[in-house]
Amino acid sequence: MKTLEEIQKIRKEKKEELELRVNTKLDTRQKHILVCNGTGCTSSKSPEILENFKRIIKEKNIENVRVIKTGCFGLCAKGPIVIIRPEDTFYAMVKPEDCEEIIETHIIKGEKVKRLLCKDIDGSIVNSLDELNFYKKQKRIALKNCGLINPEDIDEYIAFDGYLALEKVLKEMSSDEVINIIKESGLRGRGGAGFPTGQKWELTKKTKGEVKYVVCNADEGDPGAFMDRSILEGDPHSVIEAMIIAGFAIGASKGYIYVRAEYPIAVKRFDIALKQARNYGILGKNIFNSGFDFDIEIRLGAGAFVCGEETALLESIEGRRGQPRVKPPYPAQSGLWGKPTLINNVETYANIAQIILKGADWYSSIGTKTSKGTKVFALGGNVNNIGLVEVPMGTTLREIVYDIGGGIPNNREFKAAQTGGPSGGCIPKEHLDTPIDYESLKEIGSMMGSGGLIVMDDTKCMVALAKFYLEFTVDESCGKCTPCRIGTKRMLEILQKICDGNGTEHDIYKLEKLAINIKNASICGLGQSAPNPILSTLKYFREEYRQHVLEKECKSLECKAMSKIEINPEKCKGCGLCQRNCPVNAIEGEAREIRVINQDKCIKCGTCLTSCPFKAIGN
Amino acid sequence: MEEFVTLTIDGQEVKAKKGTTILQAAAQVGIDIPTLCFLKDINEVGDCRMCIVEVEGRRGFATSCIQTVEEGMIVHTHTPNVLEARHVILDLIISNHAKDCLTCTRSGNCELQALATKFNVLNIEFEGERTQHKVDDLSPSIVRDFNKCILCRRCVAACKKVQKIGAIDCINRGFESCISTVGDHSLNDVNCTFCGQCIQACPTGALHEKEMIDDVWVKLKDEDSYVIVQTAPAVRVALGEEFGMEIGTNVTGKMVTALKRLGFDKVFDTNTGADFTIMEEANEFIERFTKGGVLPMITSCSPGWVKYIEMNYPELLPHLSTCKSPHQMFGALLKTYYAKKENIDPKNIYVVSVMPCIAKKFERQRNEMQNDGLYDVDAVITTRELSRMIKQANIDFTKLEDTQFDAPMGEATGAGAIFGTTGGVMEAALRTAQDTLTGEDLEKIDFNAVRGGEGIKKANVNIAGNDIKVVAASGLANAQKILEEIKKGTADYQFVEIMACPGGCIMGGGQPIKSSKIRSKVDVRKLRAEALYDIDEKSTIRKSHQNPVIKKVYKEFLEKPGSHIAHELLHTHYIEREKYRI
Repeated sequence: MKTLEEIQKIRKEKKEELELRVNTKLDTRQKHILVCNGTGCTSSKSPEILENFKRIIKEKNIENVRVIKTGCFGLCAKGPIVIIRPEDTFYAMVKPEDCEEIIETHIIKGEKVKRLLCKDIDGSIVNSLDELNFYKKQKRIALKNCGLINPEDIDEYIAFDGYLALEKVLKEMSSDEVINIIKESGLRGRGGAGFPTGQKWELTKKTKGEVKYVVCNADEGDPGAFMDRSILEGDPHSVIEAMIIAGFAIGASKGYIYVRAEYPIAVKRFDIALKQARNYGILGKNIFNSGFDFDIEIRLGAGAFVCGEETALLESIEGRRGQPRVKPPYPAQSGLWGKPTLINNVETYANIAQIILKGADWYSSIGTKTSKGTKVFALGGNVNNIGLVEVPMGTTLREIVYDIGGGIPNNREFKAAQTGGPSGGCIPKEHLDTPIDYESLKEIGSMMGSGGLIVMDDTKCMVALAKFYLEFTVDESCGKCTPCRIGTKRMLEILQKICDGNGTEHDIYKLEKLAINIKNASICGLGQSAPNPILSTLKYFREEYRQHVLEKECKSLECKAMSKIEINPEKCKGCGLCQRNCPVNAIEGEAREIRVINQDKCIKCGTCLTSCPFKAIGN
Repeated sequence: MEEFVTLTIDGQEVKAKKGTTILQAAAQVGIDIPTLCFLKDINEVGDCRMCIVEVEGRRGFATSCIQTVEEGMIVHTHTPNVLEARHVILDLIISNHAKDCLTCTRSGNCELQALATKFNVLNIEFEGERTQHKVDDLSPSIVRDFNKCILCRRCVAACKKVQKIGAIDCINRGFESCISTVGDHSLNDVNCTFCGQCIQACPTGALHEKEMIDDVWVKLKDEDSYVIVQTAPAVRVALGEEFGMEIGTNVTGKMVTALKRLGFDKVFDTNTGADFTIMEEANEFIERFTKGGVLPMITSCSPGWVKYIEMNYPELLPHLSTCKSPHQMFGALLKTYYAKKENIDPKNIYVVSVMPCIAKKFERQRNEMQNDGLYDVDAVITTRELSRMIKQANIDFTKLEDTQFDAPMGEATGAGAIFGTTGGVMEAALRTAQDTLTGEDLEKIDFNAVRGGEGIKKANVNIAGNDIKVVAASGLANAQKILEEIKKGTADYQFVEIMACPGGCIMGGGQPIKSSKIRSKVDVRKLRAEALYDIDEKSTIRKSHQNPVIKKVYKEFLEKPGSHIAHELLHTHYIEREKYRI
């Protein structure tokens, strides 16, 4: 147990010690080697890199150098990432065997290891993080500490103003003041629906009830989205601090965090963080001598997507089959075990302490009229810089894809981006300049969702895209209500029929009719949003559907039953490169002659397409 | 003070109690909203989505079966959008349904079929893959055919919520979801009690009794067989419903006529069997009460209940009366006393019991229920099965003349009749016990405290100067409460009546199935129970021990209650039963 004064002392001392993390100009002999230990880098052996550094430093008896395990830096495409501070040198795609060289060259000789330095999209060498276009347009609030601190060390969190907001709340503020700040900040739920957070807190506070609960929804399920995981892995205390503040604001003394079991690192670090917070007296009875009690329990999800839906999540915490409840009543009225319950998502919580410390005005100065603050997106698909980005609301899709994301690989055309995962929709080229916020995305037929952002180039088939997401939804439907249980299956069957080249125009009509009715009639968000990928692709790419059913043609290679690859005899120079690369010997023709594809043998893999230097092959 | 809110439904102003659902409020002014998964007080979950309505100012549809009324709410129950959505939902449900109405036992009484007719579903727009399930017909009582299941989960709620058994629940996810048991085993091998409340809850033909109609027809055709039928008290106040008669109509006379027309050699009354049960049970109670036996004594007429205690509370089995249930006692006497008297080879006697119960099908084939290698009862058919036989024989039931049960085993008392409702066995036993203990013919025979529909009814009765605490519980969830009290030692009762089905045999798993809409409007239990009490009241003899048949059989054959021969034929024993045979 620590007193408030002791914690303040830790903050002061630790802050000085860690200044080199944030001040690149700091004149010091100390060096911190930060090794990303997020899930992505971990799967490419970053824990081994961490151990190697530690071992070498010990063996060589090097002083003044510390090796720090951190959370995710965001630019996962370049992982494993190693950053050396204070000079902020960014080493990308580091292998365990590179550690020796980094120590020898960088630490001992004081020279950078050129071959490992990160390169930007244009090939230019990046000397420090700040130089990367990837980071230039980002604003990190929720991800503030990710990649900066050791998530397993509470002192490092405390050093960067950790638990200062809690101190302020418990010492200086009333619960109404806390709620007012959150309301005024304009923060909205980052789980997808964008409900005003302060209003939710207020509703839960106002509902009568002796026992109330605070729940953190960490059941991140959208394919491709991993911001919540990164926050839990990189900065777990920020969520704990926010949950305690929320508990104080609504009058709850118990919190649950519902994390999917497939996030073992996040679960482990959160558990460590809980223990450390308890040891310091930050969780438990009479926190900071304020008379306020609060504690948090972890609940593991078994991997059902629907358990990310708040009421299904509550059912699961209560030990039942994860199935949604009909709303209203909302959890704020009747939640966990029928008690008023506040549920927010991880990213929402990660903003809270910052808002308390810096004020509602600061926060609401960022973003658009209706959507304040920042949003974290998991950028993936056909984009160069795959990773996690946090941008102010109102940033355009073009900025995210081209400036931050570094554009589309192989100089292909942008076709569409899917936001909101299986619940969202696609955004076509003509909306690239739409400033992204909750309303604008909805207006163009998509949704914010939890922040998955998948970029697609012009080789992608939009019917196949809809089918991909429907496969996911059909797998993940809980089976409770009819429209979702049977309806999504029927939509997938129709999409399959179209992709197999057996669709009719009437199928498009049926698909749309089903989609609209499933959207209207399903119980929960999963079913209500399951038709979105279909409705939005129909909205923007109806012609493509019509081509599939009327002309039995898929311009991409994805609907293999229909696609056909042909060599343009006028462009073919007879080089034979395609023939050599074809894995099934489907390309015929003698040396220096124009080649022809034997359609009976062709498996439409597309290898010839990319291998032709004259762009003579098309589909 | 009850609070009211005013709202508008389809342009009509409705004043409804706060907390009323939109569905109820609409019903108040005669507006019907279609439902499928809804079952009043049992399954109010909003799964099927048929009851969706539009509420002005609200995003998406409201679920009228669970969402409650609010002041100023404006509801539209059949806008084009709502109608289209309902049609699509119904289409989807049917697209994954067997659609074999011609050969379905529920044809004509199927809620899905009724909706399809109502919605004029002439073709299925969204046909597609159907989930395929193996039919589970391994148990003696219940057949599960999930090719007809629409996943409304009414059965799950009946089993888990009403009966607190939880033998079935939903497994798998999404399109593959289905209702099943632990490890997907047969109902025969899990903790099912065969109470049949799931069948009563099912809107389609996915759950039904295991029929024995064909076995009975075979015996009726066989000239060497002497086929005797007996009918339980609850059957006569429900059978008429299957022919369009009002709920709670007493059709005893027509039923007897129909059974005679079907060709049964003798038509007897299980009420007489019930009178034997009272003789034995009252005697057993007096023995236990006066000689310090295990108390409280619990009745044993309900086979679903017996299976329940065998599986869940084997340590409490000594509390259970050793009396067989009425139809088993009666069957045993038919194959011994009656056979001898009428000079019929008991091997040729085929006893058919018409029961409101499907657990009786299980009880019948228990090893303990035989004598000299012959089962007491050879076939159990439900009230519903009897109605089907009558229809098969093209008998115009409603126009039948009344006739009497056959002599000499057809005479019964009012005490036997009330066996069919919760509290009835208790009341009948108390009538005989008080006369036995006082040696008088007491006039006070109505024990109102144990009448009525409550799940647990407690009463203090004074019999011959003894204060006796009694309790009658119906429904297995209530049974569980009583057993827990006994287990903890907090129960101070001496006599306990338990029936597995909520409301007693009149609400048994074999009774006519009432649709959700009817169950919402009418208290079926009350109407059927009133009919039984009416029979009792109009009976000339209302105490079992005064039944001349009883007196005669004891005199000629059984000697006295609890005699050696009575024990051999009319009593049984119980076993500790595994919940799961897997």
